[in-house]
Amino acid sequence: MILLPCPWCGPRDADEFGYVGEMGARPDPRTTTPTQWRDYLYLRRNVAGWTSERWYHRAGCRRYLVVERDTMTNEVRPHPSQPGTIDR
Amino acid sequence: MGDPRWRGRQRPSRYSALALLRHGVAGSPWPPAWRTHELEQSYDVVIVGGGIHGLATAYYLARNHGITKVAVLDKGYLGGGGSGRNTAILRSNYLTPEGVAFYDRSLELYRGLAADLNFNVMFSRRGHLTLAHSDTSLRTMRWRAEVNKVSGVDSEVIDPDDVKRLVPEMDTTDEARYPILGALYHPPGGTIRHDAVVWGYARAADSLGAHLHQDTEVTGIDVSGGRVRGVRTTRGDVAAPVVVNATAGWATLVADMAGVRLPVQTFPLQAAVTEPVKPFLRTVVVSGTLHVYVSQTARGELVFGASVDPFASYSTRGSLEFTEGLAGHVLQLMPSLAKMRLLRQWAGLCDMTPDFAPIMGHTEVDGFLLDVGWGTYGFKAGPVAGETMAECVATGRAPQLISSFGLDRFAQGHLVGEKGAAAVGH
Repeated sequence: MILLPCPWCGPRDADEFGYVGEMGARPDPRTTTPTQWRDYLYLRRNVAGWTSERWYHRAGCRRYLVVERDTMTNEVRPHPSQPGTIDR
Repeated sequence: MGDPRWRGRQRPSRYSALALLRHGVAGSPWPPAWRTHELEQSYDVVIVGGGIHGLATAYYLARNHGITKVAVLDKGYLGGGGSGRNTAILRSNYLTPEGVAFYDRSLELYRGLAADLNFNVMFSRRGHLTLAHSDTSLRTMRWRAEVNKVSGVDSEVIDPDDVKRLVPEMDTTDEARYPILGALYHPPGGTIRHDAVVWGYARAADSLGAHLHQDTEVTGIDVSGGRVRGVRTTRGDVAAPVVVNATAGWATLVADMAGVRLPVQTFPLQAAVTEPVKPFLRTVVVSGTLHVYVSQTARGELVFGASVDPFASYSTRGSLEFTEGLAGHVLQLMPSLAKMRLLRQWAGLCDMTPDFAPIMGHTEVDGFLLDVGWGTYGFKAGPVAGETMAECVATGRAPQLISSFGLDRFAQGHLVGEKGAAAVGH
């Protein structure tokens, strides 16, 4: 079982979460070119190792959170930017 | 495999009933199926990835185009990735005209493969059932059947009574949690021995002159002036004007070495196999709603596959969630299997693309070609991928069959949208 550190609910089974994916900065739709926009939509770094990613706690507090995960081992740790991470 | 007695000999002896008898009577050892070589300093074509795709590309390069100064590099052993981890199901009943034409050519090559390679690949045509548990999926099945028929592929929607006739063990009653409303029946579908396909292509490519290098990991790709110059490996540097990325699971990492970014995310797909029992299940059974597919091997084991795991990962560890879900879903289809035991489970890595179609052909780096993004459908496409990639290398142009699978389709917004792929719940 993989536990994800929800900053609001504490460590919970990954089954409760929806996987959103790796973090990427959304370009400004008013100034972006079609190529930049499609790069944002489709291209992925697909890191083999530690990466930051977004999850959605759908069967819990229904809030979005950021975690760090090693994609080779599925080891998970809280993202440093995530405020108020509690450890129950 | 590295038998020095065999070095330098051109063709291995043909496999035949007579050869089997001769070796059996004399008790003489069989020569190894392929040779080992020193890594040369330059090749005309370097193929990264020694699975079905890479080996088939090497074979068709030699057979169809006379290009034999080819190296296939693999960081592990031949067929140790997706080629040895899939559930060995063949079919061509896809949803888009591009997909149908492409996979049908592959099935055609698979059907003649044993004779072509002089290797028993154990192709078994046994029919393929995709179950519909809702009106929506029945409508999709009808759509697929019509697309298939227009392309000349044998495919038809059948009702629950026909399903029961084909698979008497199936629960086709109304009491099921997801009652079976019908199915897409595709008689030409079947199974094949996936390791034999790897070994057959390896032996044939080797006999035509390609060098197969196992335990040879590519650590870098040299690019200068917008052209690929060669690869760096754990066994030394190799110069090559053409490098083909034919990896699965590691496609992004290999493309990164050449500075090419991919719209790929890697997900594990888990599969499992039961203890062997007497043959009872002739047909391949798939349920998109229940995310499970079942077939029985020649040995009698039931092979189960699922859809991809719910999050991206390079880990091939199995999970309890998978086993539990799989058992529940299989028993909904065939309750009489309740006493069967699972022998083992494993996972393979699937490089998923946004439109469930592969990425094939040229890139912005001259000479760096892709045969990646094979998601959950790479095995059944192996022969046609090899044939078309070989043509792509030899002629410098992507053949018609793969012209809609180019990497540039994402920047241009021309996605394929293949909803007939296994990972799609429909």
